[in-house]
Amino acid sequence: MQKPRIRWHIAVFLAPAVLIYTSVMIFPLFNTLRLALFQKVDQERVYVGLENFRTLFFDPTWSEQFWNALANNFWFFLIHMLVQNPIGIALAALLSHPRLRFAALYRSAIFIPTILSFVIVGFAWKLILSPIWGIAPSMMDAVGLKSLFAPWLGKEEYALTTLAMVSVWQFVGIPMMLIYAALLSIPEEMLEAGEIDGVTGIAAFWKIKLPLILPSIGIISILTFVANFNAFDLIYAAQGALAGPDFSTDILGTFMYRTFFGFQLQLGDPHMGSAIAGAMFAIILVGVCLYLFGIQSRMRRYQL
Amino acid sequence: MNSARSNPISTVAMHGVLILYTLIALFPVFVILINSFKTRKKIFREPLALPDAESFSLVGYQTVLKQGDFFLYFQNSFIVTVGSLTLILLFGAMAAFALSEYRFRGNMIMGLYLALGIMIPIRIGTVAILDMMVSTGLVNTLWALILVYTAQGLPLAVFILSEFMRQVSDDLKSAGRIDGLSEYTIFFKLVLPLVRPAMATVAVFNMIPIWNDLWFPLILAPAEETKTLTLGSQVFIGQFVTDWNAVLSALSMAILPVLVLYVIFSRQLIRGITSGAVK
Repeated sequence: MQKPRIRWHIAVFLAPAVLIYTSVMIFPLFNTLRLALFQKVDQERVYVGLENFRTLFFDPTWSEQFWNALANNFWFFLIHMLVQNPIGIALAALLSHPRLRFAALYRSAIFIPTILSFVIVGFAWKLILSPIWGIAPSMMDAVGLKSLFAPWLGKEEYALTTLAMVSVWQFVGIPMMLIYAALLSIPEEMLEAGEIDGVTGIAAFWKIKLPLILPSIGIISILTFVANFNAFDLIYAAQGALAGPDFSTDILGTFMYRTFFGFQLQLGDPHMGSAIAGAMFAIILVGVCLYLFGIQSRMRRYQL
Repeated sequence: MNSARSNPISTVAMHGVLILYTLIALFPVFVILINSFKTRKKIFREPLALPDAESFSLVGYQTVLKQGDFFLYFQNSFIVTVGSLTLILLFGAMAAFALSEYRFRGNMIMGLYLALGIMIPIRIGTVAILDMMVSTGLVNTLWALILVYTAQGLPLAVFILSEFMRQVSDDLKSAGRIDGLSEYTIFFKLVLPLVRPAMATVAVFNMIPIWNDLWFPLILAPAEETKTLTLGSQVFIGQFVTDWNAVLSALSMAILPVLVLYVIFSRQLIRGITSGAVK
């Protein structure tokens, strides 16, 4: 038996990536979860166990904000699932039509909002929807719907939905592209076989294509879930850290930011901030696990 | 062959829907861009009119260039993006090569460990990241951002690149080894050039989120001299909120670089997404 020599080059190849990934991502992640178990008492860090989470979930001063942010976040996610993904799928279905002209042009143009930063998107829509500038009201006037106009971003009952729609507008390109790719990979013979059986047009979409792209729809759903529960930038750019009006657009990301850094008179609290991060981590983890074990493993993979 | 599937009416309807949605997608960008070139009066009176000789004005751009240090912000964004992409590609490709080329104990576990980060957003660890950057003195430096974005980009990069590296022919590498090339030479001279398309895909995927990120610049590098373009325009617009000319011009200046990058790389990006690199 020859003693295996140590292959140093493997270590050299792996070291930089593993080092940076571990020290800047994995270690801080666990350190944040650890910090959530402490609290500052008289300038000293004291271990308090799950006390911060108890405060977050049940103490009225905190829990009201937390459950509000969580509920808002679910609403935000729901709108993405119900509006963004169906529109994305519909656009992809149109674009993948075999003899459609200018498909590449449409595709590139519809993807443009996705590449813009949240700051641009947030402000641009804020200006367009602003009653001062009047673009939105005068456009609605032109189609006779002026009475429906309201300063949506300033009204508690509409602001969150409006921002969710802005976010949908921005990100519709991602489900569109992924579904488009999935639709293109469906072999022509399958569609022709359907055609012989008289399944064409819209029926072909529902009966043949949709079942085949279900795995991709699963992927978009989980991507949407993770992105939404980790969102922050758009709300912050459009409504500021206070997520106004009266916290009606507050989601977990803005709540964590406010708690961590403080705002106005409230001082920043890194330990409570960590506790919120811990809650976000748990939610995302549950979502990802549900997807991996509940949905993906049961989904039938068609051999294409 | 597809005559059964298309008739003139449905073709027109399809184009109608797509044109309508394209207009919805482009309209806000268009409105911002045209109004940034108009006088304040015309911005309010005729927001949808194109700038003409009478309404043309660059006053907004003058304010922006005088008041905000947009060239510095641009430079910072550029350094951060290029720096992070370089590290992601270099280190990601090295790790991907190690995982796909060699069989060693722990290979599988190392691959899973690195893949964890694909689904878990790095923002969750922000509190501890800031702690660490403060204690190492990296806070308010561009290095803080570069390190964070590199860590964030590595998992997907390793995943995609190792898929591609498995497809590189073994004969080529064996031939190199017989010729006495070192493992390093094989990686840099033989394998890297072959996975260039995959590297481009990884670069394009990472470029836009890094350039557009607001969270980490806000938290790790909010100092005036390290502001990125995204943060810089956010702060600038916040201060000039009533100066519509300046706000519109600042927005246009923030849109422009991304739009140029998109025009250059859109084919790569779309090919990357549609080739199934994210599956």
